[in-house]
This record gives sequence, structure tokens and C-alpha cells, in this order.
Amino acid sequence: MMIRVLIVVVLLVLFTLWAGTFKKAYEKGTVVPSRFQLMGEISLNFVRNSIAREQLGERDGDRFLPLLTTIFFTVLGMNITGIIPALNIAGTSVIGLPLVLALAAYVTFIYAGIKKHGMHFFTASLFPAGVPPAFYILVTPIEFLSTFILRPVTLALRLMMNMIAGHLLLVLCFSATWFFFTSTQVEGLMRAFGAGTFLFGFAFTLFEILVAFLQAYVFTLLTTVYIQLALADEH
Amino acid sequence: MDVNNIAALSGNLAVIGYGLAAVGPGIGVGLVVSKTIESIARQPELAARLQVTMWLGIAFTEALALIGLATPFIFA
Repeated sequence: MMIRVLIVVVLLVLFTLWAGTFKKAYEKGTVVPSRFQLMGEISLNFVRNSIAREQLGERDGDRFLPLLTTIFFTVLGMNITGIIPALNIAGTSVIGLPLVLALAAYVTFIYAGIKKHGMHFFTASLFPAGVPPAFYILVTPIEFLSTFILRPVTLALRLMMNMIAGHLLLVLCFSATWFFFTSTQVEGLMRAFGAGTFLFGFAFTLFEILVAFLQAYVFTLLTTVYIQLALADEH
Repeated sequence: MDVNNIAALSGNLAVIGYGLAAVGPGIGVGLVVSKTIESIARQPELAARLQVTMWLGIAFTEALALIGLATPFIFA
């Protein structure tokens, strides 16, 4: 999809410019940041401080920060195209991209677990401590399903379905507006419904901006939590 | 008069199915948020941490509704 290529280019340019601004400010020792620099600092600090470091702590948070930042800004950029006029479809509303991002998260949390605990990571997550041995017949398949299958599937599905549902809602509202305003079947005062559906469409567009940010946040947060669970010591 | 046929239904039954499937997650998300509001009212200083947990809870609960939405694409 051309939109994805476009967004990747936009993100690359944006981050190159930010890197240049940060470097210049650092070398000059500027005290007051420019607006553009402040924008970059706020958004990058948001991922670092309120997602990575808050959940993983300073050391592990900084270790996984590159991946988390990439995921956050890719998802955000691809989501926001859903409400940009003339683009009008989210890059994440087709399974490919969410699947790739979910696989990246999946590989990372398994890698984090193996790096920290070795093969013990699998036994610890499949055979949780403190369960009577007989219950492992029941618990182990459930744990396997929820940890190693449902986690990546729900990560990808949650993102994609949110974007599809949002897109469908907008299409519904605006095509209803088009129908009420232009169709010859509609008579008299019924046309006024068009204004109502248009207002709804506008409200849902604002709602979609919120959803775009929220889904980027949730996707990154869940990746962080999965990494944190993989790193956690047994109790 | 034909009395065997009291009610008839046409259209796609899956729509009703998804409506039912959305009830559970709807109640679930409502519970998550209401309990978070209660907790914040009791301990406002924990608001930031409770909100993160709330978003996690919503994300897990919401997944059920979204699986329902994805089902026709998978099994149709």
C-alpha cells in the first residue's frame, strides 16, 4: 500500500530532522529548546519515561527502548492516516503490518525470557509455581495457549480490528450523509438527517484520533508488559 | 390464517450473534473503568499507576469483542 511507504518516508525524515536538531542543540549547548526540538523531546520522553522505564525499570527499560520507540511511532503514524483527508485509510487496517509488529514483540519477549532464565523460562511459564501437580493437566495447556499463541494473535487482531471498525464507522456515517443529501429517493425533511449523520461522522473522526493514539500506547504497553513478565523472577 | 409461522426473520443472523458477543466485553470494560474510578477516588495519589493498569485491563477485555469482529473473516 502506498500509504505505508509514504508514512515510512515521513517518519524517517522526521526522525532525521529531530536527530539533527538534538545534535545541534547539544553541541551548541542551547538552553532554550526550539518548538520542533521540544516536540521531539516530549514524544520520545513519553515512550521512555511513562512506558519503558515505568514498567521495566531504568536498566531493562533502556535496553528495550529502541524496539518500543519504533513500535510506538510506527503504529501511531500508520494509525493516524485513517483520519487524514485524502489518505483516509489506516496503514494498520490490513493484517500484514500488525502481524509483523506482533511477531517482533513475540520474538522479543521470548528472547528476553531465554536470555534471562535460559530454558527455565519455558518450564516456568508453562508450569507456574504454587499449583498442585495434578492441576498441571489443566493449567499447562491453558498457559501454553494464552502465552504463546493468544498473545501475538490478540496483539495483531486488536490493532487491526480497532482500525477496521473505526474505518467502517466513518464510511457508514459519511455515506449516509451522501445518500441523504443527493439521493432522489429521499423526500423533504428527511434530508435533514444528512446533517445529523455528518455531525456523527465528524465526532467519530475526533474519536478516531483518540483511538489512534490509544492503540499505539496500548500496543507498546502490552509489549512492555510481556517483556516484563518474561524477565520477572519467580515468586 | 397461517398460525405455524408466528415470527419470521430475514437477513444475516451473524449480526445478532455479534451483538450478543459485544455484551460481555461491554460489561467487562464497564467494570474495569468503574473499579478504577472507585480506586482513584479512594487514593488519588495512585491515579497514574491505576490508569496504566486500567488501559491494560481494557485492552485484554476488548480483545474478546474484537475476536468476535474477526470471526466472520476467519470462518466465512
